[in-house]
Amino acid sequence: MELFVFVCASIMVLVGALSVIVRRNPVHAALGLVLTLFGIAVLFVAQNAEFLAAVQVIVYAGAIVVLFLFVIMLLGVDRSEDLRTDPLAGQRGLAVVVGLGLLGVLVAAIVGGTDAVIPRGDGINAATIEAADANIQQLARSVFADYVVAFEVTSVLLVVAVVGTVLLSRRRPSDVRPIGGRPS
Amino acid sequence: MISLVVAPTPMWYLLLAAALFVIGTTGVLVRRNPLVMFMCIELMLNAVNLTFVTLGRMVNNISGQTIVFFVLVVAAAEVVVGLSIIVAIMRRRTGVNADDLAELKG
Repeated sequence: MELFVFVCASIMVLVGALSVIVRRNPVHAALGLVLTLFGIAVLFVAQNAEFLAAVQVIVYAGAIVVLFLFVIMLLGVDRSEDLRTDPLAGQRGLAVVVGLGLLGVLVAAIVGGTDAVIPRGDGINAATIEAADANIQQLARSVFADYVVAFEVTSVLLVVAVVGTVLLSRRRPSDVRPIGGRPS
Repeated sequence: MISLVVAPTPMWYLLLAAALFVIGTTGVLVRRNPLVMFMCIELMLNAVNLTFVTLGRMVNNISGQTIVFFVLVVAAAEVVVGLSIIVAIMRRRTGVNADDLAELKG
């Protein structure tokens, strides 16, 4: 059963990821990204990370991809990009070579290093029928007790991001010109 | 009951995450549309998230899932700032090409 889930989710992830980098239309690429994110969420559930799967769907598929689509529509760049011409000669071939080399390095590291991982943690509580919130409780205890400083720093990061976004997307008063008149 | 079904080991998940990361890297190198490059960065972040969860399961520790939580927050902040930069650039010019932005250098 887990094999079936894994194979289906893997196909979702890989097809979505390939469609992101192959499709010419940015909207189609964003939809492929949604497929990949749902596949990752399924893999999270298969690995006893139920809360993260929910957050993945809500934050990534619900907020980030919608933001992408919003910007695509706002900028009007949803026309297809011509992928047949290579802007830099030989860049595609080099990119594929670099990608395959990176894949080789990663596979070698994973195959060679997986045996070195020793299970020495306190255990992960999986959600069951009796204790449906076991994963959430354990994760909350980890975030709000062990990593509470990192959590507070994260809030600072979010504030910085919000302020930066407002500053970047603001029009200066000198940019706003009345129609047919002088700059105010 | 004889079970011929093989259960996927954590190594399978790690290999899948590696493949996803490589696809994202290749996308960043190949595509010229800044928005699609951002999507490829999201692919790479998701591959890393999957690796964290899998290694957390292998080590039998919840910290692997905790750090994914923080990566999600950082990814959201990064997308918001990056997209607002793209919007600010696109307001001044019409083309959508990463090569056109070379004039930003000093």
